[in-house]
Parts: sequence; structure tokens; C-alpha cells
Amino acid sequence: MSDSKQYSTFYLNGLFFGVEVLKVQEVIRYQEMTRVPLAPRMIEGLINLRGQIVTAIDLRRRLELPPRAEGQLPMNVVVRTDDGAVSLLVDEIGDVLEIQEDTYERPPETLNGVARELIQGVYKLKERLLLILDTEKTVGLSTAATCAQEIAN
Amino acid sequence: MIDEIVKEFLVESHENLDRLDRDLVALEKDPHAKETLASIFRTIHTIKGASGFLAFGKLEAVAHVAENLLSKLRDGIVAFTPEMASALLATVDAVRFMLGQIEATGQPGDRDFSGLIGLLSRLNEGIHASAPAAMTPALPAAALSPCGAPVGAPEPATATTSSPAPTPSGLFPTAQMPAPPPPPHEAAAAGPNETAETRAAAVTDSTIRVDVGLLDKLMNLVGELVLARNQVLQFTSQSADSAFLATSQRLNLITTELQGSVMKTRMQPIGNVWNKLPRVVRDLAAACGKEVRIEMEGQETELDKTIIEAIKDPLTHIVRNSVDHGIERPETRAERGKPAEGCLKMRAYHEGGQVNIEITDDGGGVDYELVKQKAIQRGMITAEQAARMSDHETLHLIFLPGFSTAEKVTNVSGRGVGMDVVKTNIEKIGGTVDLQSRMGEGTTLKIKIPLTLAIIPALIVTSGGDRFAIPQVSLLELVRLEGEQARRQIEFIHGAPVYRLRGQLLPLAYLNRELKIQGKSESDTAAVNIVVLQADGHPFGLVVDEINDTEEIVVKPLGKQLKGVASFAGATIMGDGRVALILDVLGLAQRANVVTEVRDRTLSEKAVQAHKTTNTRQTLLLFEAGQGSRMAIPLSMVARLEEFTPSSVEHAGAQEVVRYRGQILPLIRVSKHVPVVCDTAIEKQELMQVVVYSEQGRSVGLIVGRINDIVDETVTVKRHACGNGIFGSVVIQDKVTDLLDVQAVIRAADPSFYANIPANKAAA
Repeated sequence: MSDSKQYSTFYLNGLFFGVEVLKVQEVIRYQEMTRVPLAPRMIEGLINLRGQIVTAIDLRRRLELPPRAEGQLPMNVVVRTDDGAVSLLVDEIGDVLEIQEDTYERPPETLNGVARELIQGVYKLKERLLLILDTEKTVGLSTAATCAQEIAN
Repeated sequence: MIDEIVKEFLVESHENLDRLDRDLVALEKDPHAKETLASIFRTIHTIKGASGFLAFGKLEAVAHVAENLLSKLRDGIVAFTPEMASALLATVDAVRFMLGQIEATGQPGDRDFSGLIGLLSRLNEGIHASAPAAMTPALPAAALSPCGAPVGAPEPATATTSSPAPTPSGLFPTAQMPAPPPPPHEAAAAGPNETAETRAAAVTDSTIRVDVGLLDKLMNLVGELVLARNQVLQFTSQSADSAFLATSQRLNLITTELQGSVMKTRMQPIGNVWNKLPRVVRDLAAACGKEVRIEMEGQETELDKTIIEAIKDPLTHIVRNSVDHGIERPETRAERGKPAEGCLKMRAYHEGGQVNIEITDDGGGVDYELVKQKAIQRGMITAEQAARMSDHETLHLIFLPGFSTAEKVTNVSGRGVGMDVVKTNIEKIGGTVDLQSRMGEGTTLKIKIPLTLAIIPALIVTSGGDRFAIPQVSLLELVRLEGEQARRQIEFIHGAPVYRLRGQLLPLAYLNRELKIQGKSESDTAAVNIVVLQADGHPFGLVVDEINDTEEIVVKPLGKQLKGVASFAGATIMGDGRVALILDVLGLAQRANVVTEVRDRTLSEKAVQAHKTTNTRQTLLLFEAGQGSRMAIPLSMVARLEEFTPSSVEHAGAQEVVRYRGQILPLIRVSKHVPVVCDTAIEKQELMQVVVYSEQGRSVGLIVGRINDIVDETVTVKRHACGNGIFGSVVIQDKVTDLLDVQAVIRAADPSFYANIPANKAAA
């Protein structure tokens, strides 16, 4: 049979995302964060993860999605990157899914803007699409928008 | 892959080679130092033995010939000449090259050293090399090409003007060696040889080699322990359990000691870095045709290993600069009445929680005019700015990227990438660099670096509801101003807030404004907390909402996403587990614009100075007497600037006065005594701007319309006026400005002011 991969999934603004399970260090509930003044807006703050200081990126802002509803607390998906752990703030955590590679496709042409850069590909599942996120690019923060932000600061 | 034994061989050999460098340079200065000679012999002998054992044939061959030569030197059969020194140093370089090859490929490599071997053999026989070109294949060309000459030219690196011509006889050397004839000398040499070796063995037993990675890990763990200890201490403040308090106190003491000891393991003497410098200086001086000696003081001063790594390159660059550009050629030095040999002094010492490193040369100093010209040429400053620059500011041009006054770019220095990289590297580790120079006499470079990076004492402050940590090394003092005092004592010069601290004007920055966060509401009666910090040697005040306490914090770096944020140097975890950001004092100061040179200069030239009448440059206070009438007086005449509400003005007879510092201050409305366009604006002001002038213990307040600025200007009076309280007019900032004759105005307003002062003292 064809190969399959495992993905850790989560929900964001009604969209269903996945990240390779090997890249995920842990998934934890909302943590109190210390904000960083003057930082790019998508950096929500810093969290204390068992003595490690981890940067938390608000994925909604990163993907230019509308802000979270009032009172809704995000969950943390802590991913491993080249420079250490980074936490991605998401709405809700999904299950770990094992998915056949043959349903994998390039991202649709209709996807534009930031999402196009950060989404590696799409799996067509029975009821919905699973968007696979490129973690390195996500935490890299280098898009035109962030550059403009830096200059404005 | 290379195995453990080879790795050890490489590490030891590199250390040995460093020692050889030092010893050979020392031997050159004192060719009769027997102990040095013996040490050199032993080292080469060790290298030869080890390379033989490990079957590195080429390496062994080179070491063998060198050993032969050294044996003859040690036994006094041949005399030590500068040529030999160079040949031996070339041997050291050859060995280094081969070690590099072994590290990369496992074998000494293919380079042909037969020229070097031949040279050493000839020297062995007492025959002096006639073909210096034979040496160049063995030398790494890049390091030794002479200044100004094209790279790779076969000029001998030993062509110093000072060395005596080598004597061409093999017999002469024996006469030079000290009295003892060979046989007893050999026996005697064997004796100290042994005891020296046993001594060396005893020293090595008490030390142990440790992998740096392991030390780093140890340091991290201690850092975590410190954090955990801080958290435990937090709980003790809430607990009454005496057993718990006692245990946590012990934990506290042990952690502190452990932290101190682990930090010590990482400390190395700065001599380790400096030890390479004598060789560098020797080679460079030779290549440039100069004579330079290097003196070192404070080699035992200890620094954290990471800091040593960071300053290695900058220090080397600075030293090269001094030899290449600073110290003059012997002829020039003679003309200037200096000894032909230039002196480079390195000094290191601990002071105030920092390590200070000073590098002084007695060369020609910085040519200020040349620097300015180069800067103008490169478009860094305008001719106008250059004319107004002080010497100190000119020196700082050297630290700008792309700057270099070297006429020719040589391999040594002068590529224009040097000093700014030096400054950046040092600032990266939290240090500062300062340059001082005296034309014709020399230049001094001062570097200050914090003792350690990992665990530092810090002051915790609060602003906008968030806590921030300020490294104590930047902290000068704390000032608290209560309500009304705060409002009055924070003055504004051209819109910028300043506070007068014991006579010095301190520029202020508000932390919540700099970070663009909501500060606590600034009500009139709120107290103001000022943290007096220093950045780059300039003090400034940081206004925060609250000052908490001082704590030892563990510095953790910020992720790469946040590296660009200028005002933060890192983050730490507080005792209660929450994260706090550590402020980067220098970055913050630069963003807040409180340390630009111009501002610092004008604000620091304060207090009553002697009139610089012979000097045409003056510091002037610019103000308006009435609307549109721009005036100026020398800042040296200003005792202070005050604001009063019109309601506080009282009358003593016909004279307007105000109560001020427990005394009665007479007031003079300037607009009444000089021709102004219209002064109704003053009447409408809520606060009167008053310039307080003092002489001989008596003060008077001059009411002006508006204080504009303080400038440093070359004053050439354009139009003279007599009387009317004006000296004349000048053009300042492109506008016509009248120079106020303060004394004339005072005399006109209040003749009694000068009545009690004897006439000769009231002179202008």
C-alpha cells in the first residue's frame, strides 16, 4: 500500500490544519504570556515552558485571519524548529491523524497571500480539507507584511 | 575520521606551538636566555617524538631538523641570529599548517617543505642563507606580506632596518657564547632539563582537561538551579514554617557558592589571548619596516571564556592597526625626538564589575584633519559638520562602517572593515569602546566588558504593568521625585525633558513611551521614579512607574524572531515563574535619542565657566524676549532656567520679585529693556520662563518669552549696536539673533544690583 504520514491537527477559524507529528514537541493548554513591546504584531508574547523561554506566535495574525472571539483562549502547539521551540497559538486541538500520501495535493490556486507561502500542501479527506503548514516558514516571519511592520515600528 | 589519540596530539601540539611563538620572540630579544632555549628544545623534541610515534613522516622530518639546530644552539655550538629566529618561526608555521592538514585529512599533506629543511640544515652548519626566497614557500603568504607591497612578492620577511647584518663566519659564534666549554655545559643542561621536566609534570597533575561543551552544560544547569532557588525563596516569604525556612536558606547558600565556583571554571586569564600577540607584533613590525615592542600588564586578569572568544579578533585587529598605522617608522620617530622603537602597551584590570582593557601606542596619534577629510570624501559628513566637530566626535567617525584613512589597502589592515566591526563585536557582548588620541604622541583604546554574561544582578522595574530587568552594571543611581517637585524639576529644553542632577543636566527618557505601552496615568501629584543609567559612558535618566528590587537573574536569549527588537537584550524567568524582558540599555538610549553626541555636548557644558573670549566658539542659550525677537546669551552666564506662575510674582517697592529657594529673586522683564516687536505674548503665558543669572552671590531672574535651544556656535558679531542692551547681532541657525548684554540690562533695570560690588569686579 502507499505510504502514510502522521499529522498533529488543530482548528483555526474553522479551518483544519496539520503539522507533521515529528515536528511537534508538545501540545498544552493556554499559558500566561508576557507581551513583548515593539515586537512584530504576530508575536503574542513569551511563555515559560518548564524553565525554557518560548516565543508564542498567534497563528491567526500570522495567516491574516480575523482575530479570535472575545474570551476565547488559545491553545499552544509547541513545534521544534532550527532555533529551538516555538509555540503556535491555535483555537482548538484536533487528533493525530494517519493519512495516506495518495490524497496529497499542491495548494489550490485560489489560495493567495500569506497562506500561499505557508501552506505546503493539502490532503483531501472524506469531509474536509487538511491544510499542511510549513513550520519553518511560519516561524521565520519573513514576509512583506512583517518587513513593513518592522519599518513602521 | 581522526581518533582520540590524534585529537589529543593536535590539541597539545597547538598549545606547544603557541608557547614556541612566545619563546622564540622572547629569545630574539634575549638570545642568551638558557631556560627559554631549553624550553624551546624540549617542545620541538616532544613534537618530533609524537609525530614519529603517529607516523606523520613529513612532520617528523621538519621537527627533526629544527631539533638538531636547537640542540646546537642549546649547547652553544652556534649562536642565535635573527635569521635563525625567522627560520624557526617559519618552522612553527609549517608545523601549524601540517597540523591543520592532519585535522582535515588525517595526514600532514603534500606541501613541499624541502626548502625550509634545507635552510635549517644550512643554519645548522653555521652557513647563512643567501637565498631568502627559499623561505617563502613555507610561509603562509597572507600573514606576512609587507605593507604596501603586492602580495606574494618574494621579499624576505626578515628585512628589518635594525637587525645587524649577519656575520658570515662559523667561528665567530663560539666566541659569543658565555664561558662554560661544551662538555660541562651539556652536562649542566641535562641537569636542569630533568628537574624542569619533573617540575612541569607536577604542575600538570593538578589540572585536568575538560570539554568546553561539558562546562556549558554545567553552566546551564546551574542557571536552572538559580531560577528554582529564586522560586523557592518566593515561597519562604509567605511561609512561617521554620524547618522550611532553614532548609531553603541552606539551599540558597549552597546555590550561590555553586554558581560562583562554576563561573570560575569558565574564567580564563586574558593572557591566553595576549600570548599570541608578541608574534603578531613582531612579524608585522618587520613587514612594515618598523620597530615595535609590546608590554603587557594584567595578563592574569580573568574573563569568561565566551567573552575571550569574542574579543580575540577585535584585539588582534586593534594591535595590527597600532603597528601598521599608529607607530611611525624609525626615521620619523627620530625626527620627532622619540626612541626608534615604538611601544605598544596592553593593560587589563577589573573595575566596577567590569573588565577594562587599554591598548596604548606611542605613535603619531590620529590625524584629526585627515579623518575629517576622509569622512567628507566618503560623504559621511558635510564640510560644515566637520568644521563644528570636536576632536572626540572626530575620533568616533573612525567607528563608522566603511571608514579607513589608509592610503593603501594592505593585507594587514586598512580594508575599511575594521573598527566598526570591532565596535559591533564588543557591543554585542555588552561592552563599550572608547578612543582617545594625542596628535604626535599616541593613541589609547579603552574597552570595557561585563565580567559575565550568564547570571547577572539586575534591578527590576515596572512600567505599564509589565516588569523589566535592568542589568546593574549600567545602573548609576535612583532618584525619586515627589509630586510637585517632579513637575518643577523636570525641565524641557527644546521639547526634550531633562532633570538637573547635582548641577548636571540629565536627559530623560520615559520607558512606557519608548516601548509604546500604556504607563500609569500621569497625574500631577504622582511621584516620578528615575533610574539613572549610563550608555556608552553617557548618563541618562529612565522614568519608570515603579522600582521593585534587585535580583540575580539568568539571562536567556530571545528567539530569532525577536532579535531585531532593539531595546531588549534577552529575557529571564522571575521567581514567580513569569517571564520578564531584560532591557538593552544602550539600544534603548539610542532609540530614545538621549545619547547623540550633539545633545551630550551641549548639555554637559553647564555651570558657570570662564568666559571663552579668546575662543570664538561659544555655547549660547537661544530664547525669545518677545514674539519673534530671537536673542541669545552665553550659557555660561545662565545659573538656571526656571518657570514661575504669574501669580507667584510679588512686589517689593516697584520691583517685581518672586520667592525662590528661600530668597527673594528680583525679576527683570527683558522685553522692557530691549527693542522688541511685541511682548503681549508674554503676558498671556501661564508660566513665565525665567533665566536666572548670578554674580557674586546675587541673583536676578530675567523674564523671557520662550526658551528655544542651546547651541554651540562660532560667534562672529555681524552688526554692532551700542546701548539698548544688545551687544550686536549674529546669525544662528540661519536666523538673525541678537546677543543680549545682560549686565547692561540689569544696570538699566536695577542700578543697585551692582552697587555693592566694587567697580573692578563688576567688569564684563
